[in-house]
Amino acid sequence: MLIPGIGLIIAFMLVPFFYSIWLSMHVEIVGSTIPVRAVGWMFYKHLFNDPIFRSVFLQSLKNNATFALVVVPVQTGLAMFLAILVNRSGAFVKFCRTTFFLPVVFPMVLTSLIWKAILAPGPSGMLNAILHAVTFGHFKPQFWLENAHLALPSIIMLSIWQGTGFQMVIFLAGLQGIPSSHYEAALVDGAKKWQLFRDVTLPGLRNTTIFVVIVTTIFSLRVFDQIFLLTQGGPNNATSSVMYLAVNQAYVANNVGQGAAISVVLCFIILLMSLVQRQVLKERVD
Amino acid sequence: MTTTPSVTKRRFRRGINKTSWATYALLAIFMVIFMFPVYYLIVGSFESPAQTLAGLSGAVPTSLTLQNYHSLSAVFFSQQITGSLRGFYSVSTLVSAIVVGGGLLVNSLAGYALARMKFRGRRFLLLLVVILVIIPFEAIAVPLYYMLSGLRNTLIVQAIPFVGSAFSIYLFYTFFLNLPPQLEEAAKIDGAGPWRTFAQIILPNAKPAFASVAILSFIQIWSSYLWPLMMTSNPNVYPLSIAIGNLVRQQSTPDYGQMFAFGVLLVVPMAIFFIVFQRWFIRSVASLAVKG
Repeated sequence: MLIPGIGLIIAFMLVPFFYSIWLSMHVEIVGSTIPVRAVGWMFYKHLFNDPIFRSVFLQSLKNNATFALVVVPVQTGLAMFLAILVNRSGAFVKFCRTTFFLPVVFPMVLTSLIWKAILAPGPSGMLNAILHAVTFGHFKPQFWLENAHLALPSIIMLSIWQGTGFQMVIFLAGLQGIPSSHYEAALVDGAKKWQLFRDVTLPGLRNTTIFVVIVTTIFSLRVFDQIFLLTQGGPNNATSSVMYLAVNQAYVANNVGQGAAISVVLCFIILLMSLVQRQVLKERVD
Repeated sequence: MTTTPSVTKRRFRRGINKTSWATYALLAIFMVIFMFPVYYLIVGSFESPAQTLAGLSGAVPTSLTLQNYHSLSAVFFSQQITGSLRGFYSVSTLVSAIVVGGGLLVNSLAGYALARMKFRGRRFLLLLVVILVIIPFEAIAVPLYYMLSGLRNTLIVQAIPFVGSAFSIYLFYTFFLNLPPQLEEAAKIDGAGPWRTFAQIILPNAKPAFASVAILSFIQIWSSYLWPLMMTSNPNVYPLSIAIGNLVRQQSTPDYGQMFAFGVLLVVPMAIFFIVFQRWFIRSVASLAVKG
């Protein structure tokens, strides 16, 4: 009974993981007769020593970190806020719940497509036109995806639009798991709305929040699709991510070992972050 | 003293359930923000490309046309070089069917075995599953690409890495762990083996778990982009996401009208499916929260 499922995840997850470690320590030119050569830590050293490559890699790491530092708190907070807003009955509320969740079923390709048009440069772009109208003409049209300062925030914006509904539903389930007797007890003690939130809702959402934060952090580290589709890491590597760099090295530049080395580093960062996060969040609440 | 509960209840209702106009206003604002891109996609798909990208008037449906859909079907209708719309749909549907169907089968069996059977190495396998849940597909995409490069441009290679899923196994495992063991005891007394017990006792009681895993893996595979991007170069085996992605990546003067029409075609099956099974979608995502 175990064999098919476990066999598949070993073949297509565990084996590739170890294979990536092997690849990252060998030079292999695909489709050629040149023998494979072991190079040890060379590709890892490149990441931190090679003058050109180092700056791209560090920039990509920094972009991932920025992405995570913005997306994790903003998306978690927004999702929790929306969950509290839609945690009530009524047709309109129900409709809103659907609209907040709808982007989750939008593939990232489609999200990128819509936002490419919304973020189109110049006065004809939708976001520029809206901001122009809302500020009574004070807002100057921006080059959202083409400006090195605005490209990453733009990517962050569309990612939040697409992802928030998912977390909102998880929070909604968490909210409905809080027994109403807890609220009643607090109300008997004369708690105000804000105190209800702080003393009942927040502690009640503890496990949910831990889960959402971990999932969103991992998601932030693996971001690829929207970058590949919209900016190709540009302008000037301002939106390059670790995953984008890995695919670019292995797939476009045909530098297998380098791509694999980046993948391995990414794997360990993710494993480490999940462990640390789990520990930190648990300790704080306990 | 007898009045206290009812008073509290009334206060409770007022405090929690009363929806003020401010809440409605906030909801309305967020609703507009979240819906606008969807609205723009639909309206834009019925506008001339020049109008779609003409500032605010692009969002006002004035002169609507089916031109984009016509030109889209002209470009992508049964052509060998560009691939056909029908081909993209078939590939996406087939790949999703293999991943969802095959995944339900193998992952539920593995989850069941981990939850209920006693054997050596069970704890080790469980640890392995938990670790593999954390490793995202993206991080092993590169080595997998080299492992399977011989199968490029086939249907099966687009599906096979996703059939077995540590995440689905884990979801099934936690679900089966919480099923009361008394369910199976009667079957055991009747002398039913593990397979028969699974098919006759467990399956009928595990519908919610199956629905959750099916929906979550469907969302994931229908949207997948990186893997088919690496594994396909022949338009005849492109899934929808790659066909549409190629349009998005065209740098020189993108034809938004046509892209939007394509986007609508991509999302319509998904959106209908979602609206019909909305409760199940939300329940399946919500079921993730149990993990903590």
